[in-house]
Amino acid sequence: MVKYFLGLSVLKSSWDQVFVAFWQRYPNPYSKHVLTEDILFREVTPDNRLISRRLLTKTNHAPRWTEKYLPSNMARSAYVIEDSIVDPQSRTLTTFTWNISHARFMAVEERCVYGVNPDNNSWTEIKREAWISSNLFGLSRAVQEFGLARFKSSVTKTMKGFEFILAKMQGGIPSRTLVETAKEATDKVKETALAATEKAKDLASQAQKKQQYV
Amino acid sequence: MNSVGEGCTELKREYDQCFNRWFAEKFLKGDRSGDPCIEMFKSYQQCVQKAIKDKDIPIEGVEFMGPNKEKPGS
Repeated sequence: MVKYFLGLSVLKSSWDQVFVAFWQRYPNPYSKHVLTEDILFREVTPDNRLISRRLLTKTNHAPRWTEKYLPSNMARSAYVIEDSIVDPQSRTLTTFTWNISHARFMAVEERCVYGVNPDNNSWTEIKREAWISSNLFGLSRAVQEFGLARFKSSVTKTMKGFEFILAKMQGGIPSRTLVETAKEATDKVKETALAATEKAKDLASQAQKKQQYV
Repeated sequence: MNSVGEGCTELKREYDQCFNRWFAEKFLKGDRSGDPCIEMFKSYQQCVQKAIKDKDIPIEGVEFMGPNKEKPGS
């Protein structure tokens, strides 16, 4: 069973600014859970596209109830790979991101296509799809709910992070205002995420109760 | 941003600076004159690949965009 997510976002900046920001977005006030970033591979192809592989380590910020279902020796940090293709001819950036650790607990795969917004060509649109699945017997539904909730709040943080870096690059807004706005938005994101994870926690305890009668 | 290899962060920063400049000023503008950051990338890579081995990070044999092949619309 897999949870599917599809979303469309817009950044009010031009495609080239967004592509530049894509490589400079860490760190930002919304990325505290991203601990390290490294480029492992990069090459310009014969047809002039840039392919890269980025390795990220992220804290596995998950609610307490999930810890029971993770082996005790499992690292707190998760490893995530992001492969990308920048095509300056078609003005598109395509990414595919997935976790290479904790995959049995939960696998999250995301594909994004960034391109010129068809309604306003000085803006950029991002089509984002994600597939969230878990292989834990009996618990997978709860873990998937949690995974989807966390993914959605991640998307909000990602977009805020982009806007922050783009505003900084464009030099329009004083840093302090940006940081304050960032804090408010982060608090809101936390509230939404909390509500969603409460729902997931309920599912988990329901699943547990069912198991007791088996 | 820190590198996963604690001793590699400085090399990463130097490479990132070179890359970001080339990316914005040359690559995105259609200038095909080639990547001037190759040597810096090599030094940075040597450091990072060692850190990855030491920490047993499972990146071996992972095909570029591998899992995307099984997805609809790929």
